[in-house]
Amino acid sequence: MSLASVNLVTVEPASGRRRTRLDPALAGIGAVLVLLVLAAVLAPLIAPYSPDQGNILIANAPPSPAHLLGTDAVGRDIVSRLIYGARLSLLGPALIIALATTAGVTLAISAVWIGGWYDVVVSRVLDLLFAIPGLLVAIIAVAVLGTGLIAPVLALSLAYTPYIARVLRSVALRERRLAYIESVQLAGFSGWAICLRHLLPNVMPLIRAQATLAFGAALVDLAAISYLGLGVQPPTPEWGIMVSDGQASLLNGYPLESISAGFLIVVVVVLVNLLGDRFAIRAEEAG
Amino acid sequence: MISQQHHQLGPADPAGPPILQVRGLRKVFKIRSEGSRRTENLVAVDGVSFDLPPSGSLGIVGESGSGKTTVARIIAGLEQPSAGTVLVGGSPLARRRRRRRRRVQMVFQDPYSSLDPRQTILAGLDEVLRLHTKSGKSGRRARALELLHQVGLDERHENLRPRSLSGGQRQRVAIARALACGPEVLILDEAVSALDVSVQGQVLNLLAELRTQIQVAYLFVSHDLAVVQQVTDDTIVMHRGRVVEAGPTDAILTSPADDYTRRLLAAVPRPGWKPSRRADGG
Repeated sequence: MSLASVNLVTVEPASGRRRTRLDPALAGIGAVLVLLVLAAVLAPLIAPYSPDQGNILIANAPPSPAHLLGTDAVGRDIVSRLIYGARLSLLGPALIIALATTAGVTLAISAVWIGGWYDVVVSRVLDLLFAIPGLLVAIIAVAVLGTGLIAPVLALSLAYTPYIARVLRSVALRERRLAYIESVQLAGFSGWAICLRHLLPNVMPLIRAQATLAFGAALVDLAAISYLGLGVQPPTPEWGIMVSDGQASLLNGYPLESISAGFLIVVVVVLVNLLGDRFAIRAEEAG
Repeated sequence: MISQQHHQLGPADPAGPPILQVRGLRKVFKIRSEGSRRTENLVAVDGVSFDLPPSGSLGIVGESGSGKTTVARIIAGLEQPSAGTVLVGGSPLARRRRRRRRRVQMVFQDPYSSLDPRQTILAGLDEVLRLHTKSGKSGRRARALELLHQVGLDERHENLRPRSLSGGQRQRVAIARALACGPEVLILDEAVSALDVSVQGQVLNLLAELRTQIQVAYLFVSHDLAVVQQVTDDTIVMHRGRVVEAGPTDAILTSPADDYTRRLLAAVPRPGWKPSRRADGG
């Protein structure tokens, strides 16, 4: 008996972990994003000038060795503002995704596990949230809580929760019906243990893909809210604010502030979406 | 405390008090047909009763849809019966998860979905042992390896994940996991049906061997009469949720009393068997 089974063992490293081939595209995207995050974190060390103090005498200066992208309408260095702006522009969506993913995963997994009327209620609430436009919620939140980072982040977290929860619920429902879940249930484990140790890790690839894709969308939404003047307020450096601040200069023939900030938003969103697509493909392969 | 008072009874002793008593089991599923609001009742199991002696082996056979798997799932506690009782060692299934689980375990049909794909074999066993025993890390590993040996696997498999194992090996791991809980009743729900015939034979041999080593009763659910013959002492035949025949396996297979059993037997392919219909989709 054991003789036959021995020959069937496929060779695998002792750690048992499947070796994932390094995907060059994935590594490239990751490297650029890591650099951006590093730049945001290390802004005070990297940025050549203060983001807030400008020299009105050199307002709207063209690109030069001293100011690589020139200066804005009040003479602030655009490169420095972009670097400092990366902080809030990346932190905002990161907070949104952290909150929305936590809420979405909790709702989806608990709905799948508890089932019954609770599942029905959760599903209906998610449908309801889907019907409400995120920007509208953000405007209401700002009206209640005032402008700043918190109101739009909370509003958009609420708006993104159903996107994470609904897809996850259907996948987790399928996973929950697999025999291995019933088998750990039979072994006597609590619902908590089964969800945390078995169900959640097995749907993690999907969560990662969903969260990454939502990050790009949240960044655009948050920039739009800042552009509308409902988010963090000038003179705080933030990409959405820079797009809106630069508008007047743009019309006067100094387009660099708006365009460079807008360009960064596009680049980050495209990179993050590419990353999310890769994750989604992997999740499909794994599942 | 887990009742162990019957452990001295051998498999051949039918006089011992049954480890599993099933009485008047009934299960009705409410089916809502598409587009209509009313629900229809589907009686999946209807008045099923039987006894399983300690260390005995009982087969439940029937075609798909006969309710045999539903019976198994009710006994395991995965479904609630609409009526009837299930007594394990004379008492109803404990409400306490952990206690209940020690008594009845189940091996599922599909070897490809019955193990967590992310868990190594050792981790899976260790998890169960941690829940059910008080032994330390090294004690648990020793017990896990003992279990692996019992099912014909060894140290070489402990750090593998299910995807590196064959179907037969996975079922062996599933059996080891079930045994790790120290059950008195092991339900095997079509546990070898998805395996190749030769692998099926190996796993059946293993099951027969295990029963001589440890005190565990089998409830063997299958559509395959040849398989049931190899590992069971008694058999009940189910048809449309009802028991149509019950008795010693050999007697049922050699001289079936019920018409349905005869038809079931006639449907088993054997040497010289000529299919009367091709591609019958069944």
